[in-house]
Parts: sequence; structure tokens; C-alpha cells
Amino acid sequence: MIEFNNVTKSYGENIGIKDVNIKINKGDFCFLVGPSGAGKSTFIKLILKEIEADKGSILVNDMEITNIANRFIPKLRRSTGIVFQDFRLLPKKTVFENVAFAMEIIHMSRRSIRRQVPQVLSLVGISSKADKYPNELSAGEQQRVAIARAIVNNPTVLIADEPTGNLDPDTAWEIMRLLEQINLRGTTIVMVTHAKDIVDRMGKRVIAIEKGHVIRDDRGGAYEKQEEKKKLHTGMYMSGGVFDAYVR
Amino acid sequence: MTLMLGSMGYAVKQAFKQVLRNRTMSVASMFSITAMLLILGLFFILLVNINMVTESAKNQFDIVQICLLDDTDYEESEYMITELNDMPEVDNASYLSRDDALEKWKLKWGDNAYLLDSVKDDNPLPNSIVIKVFQLENIDKVVSKAKSFDGIQKINYYGSAVEQIMKITKFIQLGAMIIILFLVVVSVVVVSNTVKLTVLAREREISIMKYVGATNWFIRGPFLVEGMLIGLVSALLSVAIISVIYYKIVELIGQEIIVMLSTAMVPKNFLIFNLVWIFIALGVSIGACGSIISMRRFLDT
Repeated sequence: MIEFNNVTKSYGENIGIKDVNIKINKGDFCFLVGPSGAGKSTFIKLILKEIEADKGSILVNDMEITNIANRFIPKLRRSTGIVFQDFRLLPKKTVFENVAFAMEIIHMSRRSIRRQVPQVLSLVGISSKADKYPNELSAGEQQRVAIARAIVNNPTVLIADEPTGNLDPDTAWEIMRLLEQINLRGTTIVMVTHAKDIVDRMGKRVIAIEKGHVIRDDRGGAYEKQEEKKKLHTGMYMSGGVFDAYVR
Repeated sequence: MTLMLGSMGYAVKQAFKQVLRNRTMSVASMFSITAMLLILGLFFILLVNINMVTESAKNQFDIVQICLLDDTDYEESEYMITELNDMPEVDNASYLSRDDALEKWKLKWGDNAYLLDSVKDDNPLPNSIVIKVFQLENIDKVVSKAKSFDGIQKINYYGSAVEQIMKITKFIQLGAMIIILFLVVVSVVVVSNTVKLTVLAREREISIMKYVGATNWFIRGPFLVEGMLIGLVSALLSVAIISVIYYKIVELIGQEIIVMLSTAMVPKNFLIFNLVWIFIALGVSIGACGSIISMRRFLDT
């Protein structure tokens, strides 16, 4: 669960985000869209507490993070997995080691590492590549490793920062299916993206940010603001509303 | 506890890997620290020896020796001793016979005492009264009192020049301390720069570690151990070099001469033994400080 209440963050003169109110419930799958510099990165950095909000409160997993001590930041980040556009795998470690690394960091025993890593690798579908190094894998496979690393510690939230940005359309859809699968296991997914077709076809919640403001928050939305007539398309609109009410 | 040991094992393992992987830089910083410690060690030796000299000098300088004429009898000297002991400035005044004096001298020369065998039958030393004063500044009073006695051959004592020498040695000590301090700071800067380079090379890895939720100490651990390792090796290396130099110096000056001059140099084994521990402590802390300082910037968030 992620909740932003009147959050403002500015960088000197430039506004990152201003008076943003967002509530993402547990188990949600939502897209964060908007032009470059709209404030999407600010949003993610605030969730990970890479930067401090100027104003407002941010709750992640029922924990107020705007004024937690620095020593709790690692704990916060362990409850939120993150996947990047450029995968960010460690080149000198094998696939297995890359995933195991996330568990070593939180002092998991060697036995549980040996048990859990293969499970996660098979979940993301790259069991056969466990002993390969990242540069021996295709882009799609690398992103799968990154996802495996992000979810191996069972985070409640998975943040994906343009995870399909470097992938061809087919591979991108494979990754989306994987994320959907992870979402079905109960992990909240927040995905920043520019991929219009993915957003449109997934039909998930869409939060559009522009110039630091949330300009749209549609359930079952699309990448761009719908035409007036499409908005009146009751089925789509209603289903969003009903789902919304159900979740709340 | 097992968690702590686990992450410590991880840190040590990683540190060894890092040192081997960045061999050139590790060796470069090792030599820099070694050079620093070397200079530091030589100043340290200087300091210790000066301390030794002043300490032993102090013990000699607060003594006044009244050499008695051969025909001064025991009663007369007894009278002098009581008079002197009554003075508030005097710690203790006592009689030293010529035979005892010769024995003392022999004791001091130790193995070289055979050189004194020739004077055994014809002891050139006089009977004397040895006076120890409380404070060096009051020595003149005691001397003028002693001068008033009859039956005195001469009075041996160190005057105000001693105080001057003391002041100079204090100054040298202070100077050496400042230089040592300065060198320690320089070493820390050198190590922190080295570690900073290895940290820069692994910046990406560190940022990933942070995203996955590693604590700062977990990230710092390997670098800390790396710095300490470099410091430790440098310490051992510099102690080895200093030992050789010191042994050579002692050999060159000659232990015998030193003993006869009675301004003994600090014994080599004693010095080296202490130096090893001091340098290991110093080297390891320099390494640790260096890496903590260089990591600071990378662990802000």
C-alpha cells in the first residue's frame, strides 16, 4: 500500500511534484505515465526515500516514511522491489549470484538461498540460465533476472521503472505477462512507462502526471486521455468505478 | 551473533577479492602508507630516545656530588650529611665510599667492566657525599651550603645550563609530535583517496546494493576491511624497514660507547616490539579512517 497525501517536492526553483494525492492499494497494478520531467522519477524516488519530501506525508506499507530515521531506509527498501530499464545486474556475477546477492544482503542463510533462488528463477522462466553471466543473456532474459532479484525477498510492492524500455515488443509483452503473474500473487505493482500500447492493452489503473500534478487517475484507463465519447462508454467507465469501490 | 559473524565473513572475503582485483592501486597505497609510517617511525624513535635521555639526565642532574679530601674523616662527613639532610630542598644526602663508587661504575659498564680492572689497586675515585635535591631549581642553594664545609676537594653539579637543555628537548618533543600528527593525517588522506578509487569503480554495485536494501555497514564492511588490510601490511612492512635501520644505527654508534656515555639508547628489541603494536594499531586505524571517510559521500542516502 502506497499513499501520498499532499506531497510536494521541489528542486530549488523547479517543481518535482506538487500537492500530489495518490492512493495505491495492496494488490493494485498501476501505470504511471506522463512526459519526461513530469515528476514520475520524483514519485519513485520518494517511495524509496532517495529524496525527502518538502511537504505532506507518504505511507508505504502502513509506515509513515517522510520522517523515519536513515537507519530504517534499508528496511523500507527490502519491502519494495525495484526493476530498472537498464536491468542493473552485476556483470561479474552469474544469474544465480545476482539473485542470491539480494538475499545475502539481508543475511539470509546459505540454505534458504539455495532453496529460494531456483524457485524464483523458475518463476521468471530462466532456470536453465542460472550459471550464465548477464552479458551472455538477451535483454529480455536480463530483465527477467532483474525481476527475479526484485521479488526474491517477497516485497509487498514492486516498482518497475520503464522495464520494457529496452526491449522489443514481443519480449516486452513477455515481461508484462510476468509482471501480471507476480501481481496475481498479491504483489502491488507500480510501473512507470512510455509504452502506449502496453498501457492501453493491459487496461489497468493509469495515473497520469504532468508538470508535477496528477492530471488523471483512471481505473482501466488508457495511456492518453480518452475522447469524450469513449469516456461515456459506460461499460469501461463503470467497471473501473465498481472495481474501485470494491477495493476500497 | 551468527548474523554478525556471517556478514563479517562476507566483508573479509570481499575485501581480499577487492585487494587482489585492484592490485596496482592496493600496492600503490600500501607503499604510500609505508613511506608515511617510515618517516613517522624515525621521528618516533627520535622522540623515544630523547625522552630516555632526558629522563635519565633528570636523574643525574638533580644530584650534587661533594668530593671529599682524602684526609676528611668519617665524623666530619657525618656532620655534613646531617646538616644537608636538614635542608628542606634536600631529598636525601648519603655517603659514598670510594670502593662503592668504583663498584657502581663497574656495574654501569657491565661487560666492559674489565677495562676498570687496572685501577682496582689504585682507586682514583674520592670518597664523596651524594645529595639528591627535590627540584633542580634549588640546586644552587644546596651547592652554596656545601661550599661552606671544610675538607672538600670539589663539588660536581649541573647548573642552569641543564634547564636550558631541558627546554630544548621539550621543544624537540613537541615538534616531533606535531610532525607525527601531520603524517597521520596525510596517511588518512592517501588511504581515503585509494579507497575512493575502488569505491568509484564499484559505484554501480553500491547503488544496486542500496536499492535492494543493504545497510550502510553491510556496504562499508568490505571497504573497511580492505583499508585495514592495506594498513596492516604497510605497518608490518615499515616496522621491518625501521628495525633494519635502527639495528644499523645502534651497530654503527656501538652499544659500548652508548653505555659509557651513560645516555643509553632505547634497547632495540624493546623498541621494535613496542613499535610493532603501535604501528599495527596506527596502520589499521589509518586504513579504517581512510575508507570510512571516502565512503561517506556514497552512503548519503
